[in-house]
This record gives sequence, structure tokens and C-alpha cells, in this order.
Amino acid sequence: MTAAPTQPAPSKVDWRDQIFEVFQDHDVKQVYHVPDAGHGRLIEACQTSNSIRTLALTTEEEGIPLAAGAWLGGQRSVLLMQSSGVGNTINLMGMPKTLRFPFLTLITMRGDWGEFNSWQYPMGQGTPKVLEAMGVLLYSVDNAAEVKATVDAAARSAFNGGQAVAVLLRQKLIGIKNFGKK
Amino acid sequence: MSTHAHRATLQRRPLVKQLLDGADDNLLVIAGLGSSNWDITAAGDRPLNMPLWGSMGAPVGMGLGLALAQPSKRVLVITGDGDMLMSLGSLATVATQMPENLAIVVLDNEKFGETGNQATHTSPRNNGPTDSGAGTDLAMIARGCGIADATTVREAGEVAEFVKDVRTKKGPVFRLVKVMVEKLEFVMPPQDGAHLKDRFRQALLGHP
Repeated sequence: MTAAPTQPAPSKVDWRDQIFEVFQDHDVKQVYHVPDAGHGRLIEACQTSNSIRTLALTTEEEGIPLAAGAWLGGQRSVLLMQSSGVGNTINLMGMPKTLRFPFLTLITMRGDWGEFNSWQYPMGQGTPKVLEAMGVLLYSVDNAAEVKATVDAAARSAFNGGQAVAVLLRQKLIGIKNFGKK
Repeated sequence: MSTHAHRATLQRRPLVKQLLDGADDNLLVIAGLGSSNWDITAAGDRPLNMPLWGSMGAPVGMGLGLALAQPSKRVLVITGDGDMLMSLGSLATVATQMPENLAIVVLDNEKFGETGNQATHTSPRNNGPTDSGAGTDLAMIARGCGIADATTVREAGEVAEFVKDVRTKKGPVFRLVKVMVEKLEFVMPPQDGAHLKDRFRQALLGHP
């Protein structure tokens, strides 16, 4: 018997780069986003990729019909947004259920873990509830070591299981934005 | 010069029928909820039609996602002024991608037809206490968003060229068509969204 392994060494690979790998593993062809610091590195990886078409939206709501159209045409897509944008999507979030098409969104959370900006709390705290109300399956991750497996499981539930799925990337994972304050 | 110098004379049903005449497997059609849905269905229901029964504001985004996924097919979005007003930003998103295979047709009767013909913002100003809008010009908005080929169709004599542009011209093409307010028969396609989606994919991709 070899020496018992201790704790697995933390991956040197940034979790945002691992999400990009998951997109490639699942043959994602279209990625929709609004500007977002939390998703910034991932958005840049998608923008410079040859295999993914990256679209900037004017509002998060646009991402859902885009995903429906992409699926009608045989392509997989992902919507990247912040919790503050989730409320913009709720009416059209009924589309995945009505048309029964796979839908995957990754949400960077605000108003969640030590948030300093009081304006972020209502939608941040409301995000899981409103998504659940619309029948969206929720995954949540606050540990960098579990991001890849979580996003991969979510992608399988969406693209293989035909579900509407959201992954909440918790503020504890992303880091507290403090605008230079201590 | 007023853009509302005269009443609309074009009728949406025969116009849409002419627009979809001879539609083959290369033409993918998405129609907005309400009248546009009934219009494309009156022209002949087909698997490569995706008529919406809800999801107001969705057709242009759906058309864009589809056009990017299927660059060798012609994608045609047909919707109304009320629906278009709800998703003006989607025109700017179209302009960031400039899909050559996408055409958007807005049938503008200046009314919210499904709820009782209330004035939309495209209705003229000073049109009485219950029927006034802002004279909003959706073709100008499309051009302002970056879709250069965005024009308005008003006359019967312009229809042949309109049909040719929408079916074949290098896109993105945006056409605003001023149409009459009419009471028309409801011609309804299947309602089940999953069925509409599956039959569309079956026809396009060979699997649901």
C-alpha cells in the first residue's frame, strides 16, 4: 500500500479557465454576456476563442431567446450574468420550460457574502427564489476546487437532461468587491 | 414633413402570404405573438415556422441565435410594432453581429392588436386623448442601432422589391411595413411550444 494521500493539492489552474474548458468539453458555440468583473476573465477567454461566438447584450433578458434560437439551429449556448441582472430575465425565463429546451446560465453573486453595496442585496438575495419560482434547477458553488465539477454537472443536466439550470458562483468564491475600502 | 401624412393601405395577410410564397427548406421563419403568428399560419403552417404564443420581445433574439447557428439558411423574423418596441436593444445586438442571413420584418399597424387596438408609440402624436403615440420610427431606430439597410414600405408598388430584399438580399435587412388596422380571422398553429420546437429541429436537423 502506498502512502495515503493527504488533502488534494489545490489546482494551479484558475477556476474561470476551468469553466472555459467545460464549455469546450460540452461543445458550447454561443456565449452571451453583459459586462461583468466576476466573469471578466472567462468572457475574454470566450472572445478570443475560435470555436465560440461571444455576444454582448444590452440586457440579460436577450440571452434567453438567443439561447432558444441557437438550440433551434442545433447549437448549445450559455448565458453569463450577475445576480443583479437575473430579475431582468424572469418573464422570458419561462421559455425553456414552455419550449422544453436546454438552458444553462452562470451567475456571479452580489449582495451575498460581505457585500458593501446595499443596492445589491435585494436582487442578490432574491436570485435563488425567483429562479426556483420559474422552474430553474439551481447549483451553487463557493469553493474554487469544486467549480469545474459543478459547472460540468450543470452542463450535463442542461444539455443531456434537457433542463434549465443556473450555477450560482457565490460571492465567497469571487471575492468581496470593496472599491478600495478595508 | 410628417411620416403619417396618409393612412396605411397595405394589408398584412396577403403581404405575408406573398412574402412566404414558395418557402422551401432554406427559409426559417420566426413570428411574434399575436397577429404575426396568425399571419404566417394563414400563409400555410409548416415545420420550419416557429410561431410564438407568448414571450413578447423574444423574436429578434431568437432569429439572431438561429441565424448564427445556421449561416447557410435564410432566417426571417416577422413581428409587430408592439413586440419590437419591447426589445429595441436586440436591434443593437444584431448590429454587433451583422448576420448576412437575417431579415427582420416589422408589420406596423401602430396598435397593440391583441389587447384591443390601443395606440403604440408608433402612432402619431396629437391623435386624440386615447390614440396618441410619439410617432416613433422603428426603421430609424434600427439604422441608429447600426443596421444600415433599414427602410420603410408603404405602397403596393414597393412590395415586389420588399419581398425580394427580405428573401434574398445580403443582411441584416430590416423592413418596417406600415399596414392597415384590420379585424382578421384567427388562424392558429399548434400551441405546444415543445412540439413546435421539436418539429422545427426535426425538419432542420433530422432529429428533435
